[in-house]
Amino acid sequence: MPYIPHTPEDTQSMLERIHQAPNIEALFDEINPDLRQKAFEHLPDGLNEMDLLQHAEALANKNKNTVCFIGAGSYEHHIPAAVWDIASRGEFLTSYTPYQAEASQGTLQLLYEFQTMIAELTGMDVANASMYDGATALAEAVLMAIRMNRTHKTRRVLVPETLHPLYRATLETILQHQDVTLLTLPMDTTQGITNLEALNAYEHDEITALIIAQPNFFGGLEPVDALSDWAHAHQAISIACVNPISLGLLKPPGNWGTHGVDIACGEGQPLGAPMASGGPYVGFFSTKKVHVRQMPGRLIGRTTDEDGKPGYTLTLQAREQHIRRAKATSNICTNQGLLTTTATIHMSLLGPEGLARVAQHCHENTHKLATELAKIPGVSLVFNAPFFHEVLLQLPISAQKIVRTLAQQGFAGGYLVEPHYPNLPNTLLVCATECRTDTEIRAFANALQHILAAENQTQTQTPLMETPS
Amino acid sequence: MSLNLIFEKSIPGRQAAAQAPKPNAQAVTHIPEHLLRKTPPRWPACSELQVVRHFTQLSQKNFGIDTHFYPLGSCSMKYNPRGVHRAASQANFTRCHPLAPSETIQGTLEILHTLQNYLAEITGMAGVSLTPMAGAQGEFSGVAMIKAYHQARGDVGRDEMLIPDAAHGTNPASAVACGFKSIEIPTAKDGDIDLNALRERLGPKTAGIMLTNPSTLGLFMRQIKEIAAMVHEAGGLLYYDGANLNAILGKVRPGDMGFDVMHLNLHKTFATPHGGGGPGSGPVAVSNRLLPFLPQPTVLKTSDGHYRFAEHQDAPQSIGRLSAFMGNAGILLRAYFYICVLGKQGLTRVSEFATLNANYLLAELQRVGYTAAYPKRRASHEFLITLAPEKKQYDIQAMDIAKRLLDYGFHAPTTYFPLLVPECLLIEPTETECKEELDKFISAMARILNEAKTNPDMLKNAPHTRPIKRLDEVKAAKNMDFNYFLSTVATP
Amino acid sequence: MKFTSTHEWVNTSETPVVIGITHHAQSLLGDLVFIELPELGKEVKTGDELGVIESVKAASDFYAPIRGTVIAINEAVKANPELVNNDAEGAGWLLKIQASHPDDLEALLDATQYEKIIAEEH
Repeated sequence: MPYIPHTPEDTQSMLERIHQAPNIEALFDEINPDLRQKAFEHLPDGLNEMDLLQHAEALANKNKNTVCFIGAGSYEHHIPAAVWDIASRGEFLTSYTPYQAEASQGTLQLLYEFQTMIAELTGMDVANASMYDGATALAEAVLMAIRMNRTHKTRRVLVPETLHPLYRATLETILQHQDVTLLTLPMDTTQGITNLEALNAYEHDEITALIIAQPNFFGGLEPVDALSDWAHAHQAISIACVNPISLGLLKPPGNWGTHGVDIACGEGQPLGAPMASGGPYVGFFSTKKVHVRQMPGRLIGRTTDEDGKPGYTLTLQAREQHIRRAKATSNICTNQGLLTTTATIHMSLLGPEGLARVAQHCHENTHKLATELAKIPGVSLVFNAPFFHEVLLQLPISAQKIVRTLAQQGFAGGYLVEPHYPNLPNTLLVCATECRTDTEIRAFANALQHILAAENQTQTQTPLMETPS
Repeated sequence: MSLNLIFEKSIPGRQAAAQAPKPNAQAVTHIPEHLLRKTPPRWPACSELQVVRHFTQLSQKNFGIDTHFYPLGSCSMKYNPRGVHRAASQANFTRCHPLAPSETIQGTLEILHTLQNYLAEITGMAGVSLTPMAGAQGEFSGVAMIKAYHQARGDVGRDEMLIPDAAHGTNPASAVACGFKSIEIPTAKDGDIDLNALRERLGPKTAGIMLTNPSTLGLFMRQIKEIAAMVHEAGGLLYYDGANLNAILGKVRPGDMGFDVMHLNLHKTFATPHGGGGPGSGPVAVSNRLLPFLPQPTVLKTSDGHYRFAEHQDAPQSIGRLSAFMGNAGILLRAYFYICVLGKQGLTRVSEFATLNANYLLAELQRVGYTAAYPKRRASHEFLITLAPEKKQYDIQAMDIAKRLLDYGFHAPTTYFPLLVPECLLIEPTETECKEELDKFISAMARILNEAKTNPDMLKNAPHTRPIKRLDEVKAAKNMDFNYFLSTVATP
Repeated sequence: MKFTSTHEWVNTSETPVVIGITHHAQSLLGDLVFIELPELGKEVKTGDELGVIESVKAASDFYAPIRGTVIAINEAVKANPELVNNDAEGAGWLLKIQASHPDDLEALLDATQYEKIIAEEH
């Protein structure tokens, strides 16, 4: 029996110590017999580990290895080997929430270091010990803004059109029963960033919160200072939704405008989590010291023990569900502990110099990619604002068809934007991180060029360049 | 250096050079000056060995299942199989982008689709969504689906959710997040729900009830059929909190008990690693009438055997998506591989040996002098003991026992939950512990009880053998020191 | 001195009346770390939530015992929540309310009735 150690002798001697228990079945005698199920039918028979690994490998081989040019909220970065080696140690991997502080100082100190690094990265005072992902962190930020502006009679939140559409969809689901009105701030269609004039419509309105995405979904760089200042001037809580690697190059939200933002959140996946089909990832969340009691999630604080030694513990727990129950700041319990561990080790191995270099390489590679692709007849950049590590291309024909053909040739070619933005037909969102080599970029450009040429011409196709294996 | 924080080990100019790209040749171009960062974040500048040593040493201060018996009630701290971890960690799984074309991720999609089917069979439900990222998100979706169901029927007056006072705190928090009023149902002295109180509170405003069975008290809710009938008759639906599924796997299915919607905790019942507080995964399973409302995306199989994620037009009545992508995919893979290893017989044995271990511990702990909270009842996969008598006699608390256990090399059981039983310990051994380990625990508990009588200070000042003693939690709340660089507290 | 079943005390010998939480209440909560008080000028009805008292292990709401307007709050307890632990019914007062309906004071419990409630809880 996999993982169950009992021998028949063990079972027998244990049953003898239990009242009225001739066999294990007797231990279930409180369950109404007509509730009892039949044996499972459609589940497989068990496997030993050798067979499991063969089965797993066969399944893994059904996935095709492609060169990744998709960003759109999940990014391929080099993860140092030490990150998962250390995080997979049993003491980190198999421990649980650090409720018993004396048995969890490893995790607790690590979380304190994580909180510190995130606060530094975002330019804020205090960070929590993680949320599920960037999208839910943003939803929690809106809920926190509502608590902070509880005297407001309405709950109106300005959401830029340039916010990641899947984040927008998540907000809609999580906020649907909170009487929140999400108002879209339209973008300037030439620049691909928020149109500041659109704010004029809300000059005299009560606005609870303003979300600012930087970079935005299209990679565009927003006028963050003006947006942040507008929020402050109108008593709206400013919420920054940011990419952590970009903050190696870009000004952190704590320094936006005259006062900085009130809340900064985002997706921590680029810090040590593989893309892994969408999870597990890790959301980060930070705010100013004065707002800390409104912040959701776990919080680790430094204190001392009976002998005056420094130690770390979960604190301000009275805000959380296990104490405050119906009046909790959030229903979150289990968060993303292991991914916080990998993020902290990853950030420590990058250091400030490594972070800056990764950010700059991502920036340069995406520019190289954009330049190469824009040379192809029929391909152009849609927007003209400065961009970081993501860019939107206009294609002359169906982007869906192109992506499918690129996939056959071994490229994850980009993200199709049209289903979310019907006014941007035949467009493709592409990204090149520091992982993309010049060879790969050229191969991608060649592949795209040939696919478009084949669509246009009827003459014999010139041979394609070999794609990297 | 006295705090041993990574920041104190940082020296300007140090770097884990192998982990960064080569230095950039030119300055940054194509970004306006006013948007550029002026000063780097004060992340540690250390060598690779310094970092490796720092975090390895930190890990050595932790208890984990791999190192210690960890009988945390309601958390199901069973062995996290390494083979399963390895199977799920293959590069062909971890390197896939969440938005990659479906034809390039057929292996992953096949696993997820199969897992949906497996979980439906295990729970006795009609359909499953794998997207909620933890139990709390599962609860939110379940409650949201109940709301959507009533609204779709035009029954808009149902704004009350009934919740036992012994429920896990996420239950009322999730109900409120969905705009419901949380109406508390008291638990009677015998540990069952007070049926009369339930009857009184049921009515046209009842949207549903949130239960777990066995309950948070570790007791099988014997009147579940009656409760289900009462709630359904009043027009409400039943939500099942799957935290305690380990007790009944293969014995009873929530669908058969009358539940309409439930979540599972894969990080409990299906042995995915707890990782110091997560990640979890809280898939939801529903009966037929709630199928249209499942959170998206689910995984579909087309008639030609191709797998893909569902899109909006496939599920127009869905309550929506809960995150940017499809949830904690890596955890879902682990759960699938765990089910593969156990197979249909293995899954049933889980509840058998979890229940055997719990009842054995309950019997032996009573023999050495502890007081069961519900002595007339069978333990499920967990049980409660109360230290109220010891508090009266020796002035020691449940927390003191918990802390002293750390000295004996055991992680403490869950303390002070549920809130109903004073000075309680909720003990869940799980099926992966052998008899000798349980006997060691019993022996330690016996010695601790003796210490309570003869030397109570030993307990009150415990632990004595850990890197730190009990922490000043009042000071932690008042200091509000969450950030090394903003700390105004003097370092020793 | 009068009381409520939700463990507030009301000193009716002063005008405006002074309000706090009882000694019994603070002993249940443990060491207090934070107290959230209402805004000055807030108008309340009987049973309205006035604020939150937070300890390490619990956070408890406290409620308006009568109808009226919040006239004063005790800044000292905001800075030093321990005042409520040490002297809940004296220096640990929380706020003062200008009663809008003096009859409300009659409906409050007296000391004997409050003692009974505490006894029943055990």
